[in-house]
Amino acid sequence: MSGRLKNKVALVTGGASGFGRASAIRLAEEGALVCVTDVNEDEGRETAAMLGGRGFFQRLDVTSDGDWTETMRAVLGRYAKLDVLVNSAGIAAARDNIEECDDAIWDAVMDVNLTGTYLGCRHAIAPMRRAGGGSIVNLASVLALKGEGGALAYCASKGGVRLLTKAVAVHCGRQKNGIRCNAICPGYMLTAMLYDFLDTLNDREGEHARLASMHALGRLGDADDVAQMVLFLASDESRFVTGTEMVVDGGFTAG
Amino acid sequence: MGRCEGAMALVTGGASGIGAAAARLLAAQSARVMIADRNAEGAARVAREIGEAAASVALDVADAASWEAAVAATLEAFGGWNVLVNSAGILRHGSVESETLDDWRQVMEINVKGTWRGCKLAVAHMKETGGSIVNISSIAGIEAGGDLCAYSVSKGAVRQLTKSVALYCAERGWQVRCNSVHPGIIETPMLDTYFAEQPDPQAERAAWDQVMPLGIRGEPEDIGHMIVYLASAESRLVTGAEMVVDGGAMAR
Ligand SMILES: NC(=O)c1ccc[n+]([C@@H]2O[C@H](COP(=O)([O-])OP(=O)(O)OC[C@H]3O[C@@H](n4cnc5c(N)ncnc54)[C@H](O)[C@@H]3O)[C@@H](O)[C@H]2O)c1
Ligand SMILES: NC(=O)c1ccc[n+]([C@@H]2O[C@H](COP(=O)([O-])OP(=O)(O)OC[C@H]3O[C@@H](n4cnc5c(N)ncnc54)[C@H](O)[C@@H]3O)[C@@H](O)[C@H]2O)c1
Repeated sequence: MSGRLKNKVALVTGGASGFGRASAIRLAEEGALVCVTDVNEDEGRETAAMLGGRGFFQRLDVTSDGDWTETMRAVLGRYAKLDVLVNSAGIAAARDNIEECDDAIWDAVMDVNLTGTYLGCRHAIAPMRRAGGGSIVNLASVLALKGEGGALAYCASKGGVRLLTKAVAVHCGRQKNGIRCNAICPGYMLTAMLYDFLDTLNDREGEHARLASMHALGRLGDADDVAQMVLFLASDESRFVTGTEMVVDGGFTAG
Repeated sequence: MGRCEGAMALVTGGASGIGAAAARLLAAQSARVMIADRNAEGAARVAREIGEAAASVALDVADAASWEAAVAATLEAFGGWNVLVNSAGILRHGSVESETLDDWRQVMEINVKGTWRGCKLAVAHMKETGGSIVNISSIAGIEAGGDLCAYSVSKGAVRQLTKSVALYCAERGWQVRCNSVHPGIIETPMLDTYFAEQPDPQAERAAWDQVMPLGIRGEPEDIGHMIVYLASAESRLVTGAEMVVDGGAMAR
């Protein structure tokens, strides 16, 4: 452990799986204490158990204002402060195109991805201000930068996260409260979210190959690739970085 | 073990500012670093400060033969070369009306062609071994300044040069990544010189401070940390990306 997050307290949403789990592990490895949250309690607890005693699990549905209040109380009760928030909870949906997407799909995707991220930012500001600053890391996507026909609500939600991030960054900058807010735009990555999608297809291999070929490097990354950028943005190494979108995408958006 | 164990880096513009900070931070993470600059004395000074992990060489990035020599010196000193940081650059104040052709040419020669030469040599060498190229562009390469015509154009060119190199290498399956960093306003000698040349340095300084919502001034190390990330294997999936480190200037 080189201690890049020594003495920091972090809260990670969507911590039961994928980027959330990998980030929780990476942050704890570098010295942070981590509150792992998710609606998936079993696997959320499993993540917390992987942190070598440097964290605990708290159930949090990111769409619930009441859950956020409870979770903040739990973190502050346990660790007395909050320095880092990683908003990684998110969902993608089937039939998410302009013709098939209905109110239910639209609302579900928007609620978790955009409203959930907004609620996280809102609840984190006060404790971070008291701590003299902090870092909020929001998971957007390359689909915040480029369109995809089969990801209508998803693109809209992630585009929203991208600019929500900038609005929060500018607000906090003006207040000189020391809080930074940045987004990460991952390419398609090998996590449960992608496997779940591939499982709905007949030609699983073909789709995997097609997705890989959309990334210049010709392969899909994994959750650790994102966790390394989460770590950079969470640490003081990035104290001059705010309002940006950091692309970790194997060249998906380069061309 | 440092984060850049095994890295053998050539840092242009390494005598000063961002290049010097990058060299120090890379070395602190176990990289070996060749400090290259047309200010040979300054380069040697930075190398001495760093100690055993560093060496220095005179390099004018506008000169092809000088590049060949700097690469040869790197290979000789470290037995390999897998990281290039293109930080050499110049800033000239001037609008499309006021700037002279000479200024335009000089800015393009150093900022664009110098970076292109470095990329060309790095790709030729690193396509066998793998490596990481980090080009220092600027936020001026994303949003131009009316009084920074040639400079903005040069930095925009570096941004696209970076993506072209990244795609070219990736499409061939070579493990050479190429990314750009876009600093906001960073406290370096380049900035001091720029303000000193203004009719009202203090007013200009105050105006520039307003550009960055975060309200702190950027230091060379702030860019250096991003360079370390891009040089290390932590960013193995990152290529053709533009990394903005600017105190929030581009957020609004
Ligand atoms: N995997 C990819 O290809 C990819 C690419 C770009 C962006 N992203 C984004 O990154 C984030 C993480 O994705 P992942 O790949 O790790 O997905 P994942 O499915 O592996 O993990 C997401 C986690 O969020 C949790 N979650 C879902 N709804 C929730 C809610 N209402 N409250 C709390 N937790 C909830 C899930 O239980 C799950 O554990 C998401 O925002 C996703 O949109 C993923
Ligand atoms: N300081 C800022 O605010 C800022 C902002 C955005 C981008 N940048 C960019 O960052 C890079 C580094 O700038 P800095 O602020 O550290 O400036 P600096 O003036 O402190 O350092 C630049 C170095 O480049 C060297 N150099 C200039 N021309 C050269 C040539 N032809 N061959 C070899 N070396 C040469 C100089 O001798 C000097 O040591 C530049 O590309 C600059 O455009 C700086």
